[in-house]
Amino acid sequence: MKRNLMMAFESSCDETSVAIIENGAKILSNVVATQIKSHKRFGGVVPEVASRHHIEEITICIRDAMQEANVTYDDLDAVAVTYGPGLVGALLIGVTAAKMVAWAHQLPLIPVNHLAGHIYAARFVEPIEFPALALVVSGGHTELVYMPKEGEFQIIGETRDDAAGEAYDKVGRVMGINYPAGPTVDAMAAKGNDTFDFPRAMDKDANYDFSFSGLKSAFINTYHHAEQVGNKLNHDDLATSFQNAVVDVLVDKTLRALKNYPVKQLILAGGVAANNGLRTRLSAAIDQLPATQLIMAPRKLCGDNAAMIGAAGYVLFKEGHFAGLDLNADPSLEFDWAPDVIQ
Amino acid sequence: MKVLALDASNRPLSIAVLEDRQILATTTTTTHQKHAQFLLPIIDGLMKDCGLKPADLDRVVVAYGPGSYTGIRIATATAKVLAFTLGIQLVGVSSLQTLALNFTRERQLISPMFDARNQNLFAGLYRIKDGKPTVVIPDQHVELSRWLTKLASYKDESIIGVGDADHFPDQLPANFTMAENLNKLPQAANLGLFGQTLPAVQDIDSFVPNYLRLTKAEADWQKLHPEEDSSSYVEKV
Ligand SMILES: Nc1ncnc2c1ncn2[C@@H]1O[C@H](COP(=O)(O)OP(=O)(O)OP(=O)(O)O)[C@@H](O)[C@H]1O
Ligand SMILES: [Mg+2]
Repeated sequence: MKRNLMMAFESSCDETSVAIIENGAKILSNVVATQIKSHKRFGGVVPEVASRHHIEEITICIRDAMQEANVTYDDLDAVAVTYGPGLVGALLIGVTAAKMVAWAHQLPLIPVNHLAGHIYAARFVEPIEFPALALVVSGGHTELVYMPKEGEFQIIGETRDDAAGEAYDKVGRVMGINYPAGPTVDAMAAKGNDTFDFPRAMDKDANYDFSFSGLKSAFINTYHHAEQVGNKLNHDDLATSFQNAVVDVLVDKTLRALKNYPVKQLILAGGVAANNGLRTRLSAAIDQLPATQLIMAPRKLCGDNAAMIGAAGYVLFKEGHFAGLDLNADPSLEFDWAPDVIQ
Repeated sequence: MKVLALDASNRPLSIAVLEDRQILATTTTTTHQKHAQFLLPIIDGLMKDCGLKPADLDRVVVAYGPGSYTGIRIATATAKVLAFTLGIQLVGVSSLQTLALNFTRERQLISPMFDARNQNLFAGLYRIKDGKPTVVIPDQHVELSRWLTKLASYKDESIIGVGDADHFPDQLPANFTMAENLNKLPQAANLGLFGQTLPAVQDIDSFVPNYLRLTKAEADWQKLHPEEDSSSYVEKV
């Protein structure tokens, strides 16, 4: 069989990325230009600044990706792109670039949901087997996604307020850690003890939804109260206590979902999937379920990148699911809810 | 030379396909603001009408700002990536100058302006010389009152106001006349003709919209950190 070569684009937030992927499973190149250093100055991503950086980087990323993969346009079979969810101005650069490459070289254009991309980062570990369940934890999302078969994504639970990554960034900020604080808080959590016993919100509720804003407030109140009375709290203990509260709820709810949705594979994906505490705890927990295999997105593919978009795009390519030249960014794109879940 | 020209700087969306001095096809619409959605289908339709394939193009000319940030970014990204991926020439023209291309009377002064809200403008002053608009006062982001002060020394000449000039009917001086009908709208056909006379961009990678304004976050940062080198905010990982 002739190999399929796909050029994939990702620009939904603060990374400009272009990848060349073979048969949806092999990374020939995955160029990621990150703007973190720029947005650090502002304590978080500034949308207009992000859009401006994307257009500065886009052709450089395309050239580098093609050179590293050693391919020409004649070798390509399709172009895939994240068209949502994300920042509209940021998404538009990837979408426009992908459309122009596809149009100029008469290639099919494949519209990819960013979260399907995050999930398909796991494809680079092993082929996904269905039914599967994905725990997607990122800067903007925290959700459990049931996948009855290839190409179908159904939400069975999601955060009602902050995403887990957002909570990491906010409590990190309170402790004076630069955006994005997740990796640093994770490292600190490995050194401390759970001395604060923060609330595990919604842990006992009979649904698969999450809530992290209460935890965040409890953390901030504890911190500010201590500051006011001149008490210096141990930051590592704070980090461990926070991380345990997050991980407890994520793992509990995921295990409960697995009881109702027996699946062949559990996939852990999204930026927060790089978290050591979460990876360790989920790996241990899955041992209780011998019929379910845990696939964790590789650490370096947890954050935003175009390789994962190429993997998810390949599924759509096989189905002949192509976009028209009128493809637009859809900043609030979402998976549907599972039909059996009462919200 | 086969040329694609486009302007999506504001609400009007104008696209043209040319072969040398001949305008093969052009459209200008003012009906919507979803340029991201409509731009490529229109380009594709015009090219097909002309019996051309993308690879037949030799040059892309784009109105690259100032204007709506989203609009100029869509147009610039379209032109930039198309030129890059086909390995063809790229030319950027001021979006204000593009409006001035609608006028040809020798020595005529033209003040294209875009409403930047709160009595601010993107504006420039042009004079027709040898049939083409040449810069008299460079494009800038400026308060309306300041702009009118700058124009005061031309009070003995007539000035054509175009773009959003009609947003300020009571504030513009008596020597202003408003552009009318088709002359009010950017014409990509004119842009394509003018763009053929200009040198092509040397470094396509660094071609970005001409925003003429820092983002607020960036401006505030630079005020606090005047010394900092801003060239390396994006890193390949
Ligand atoms: N080791 C870690 N532990 C906890 N959080 C982490 C870790 N590494 C990264 N993060 C967090 O992951 C988030 C970034 O993930 P990602 O890039 O997937 O989010 P996003 O693309 O901004 O959001 P979305 O994918 O929902 O649109 C940040 O909030 C960051 O703090
Ligand atoms: Mg993401």
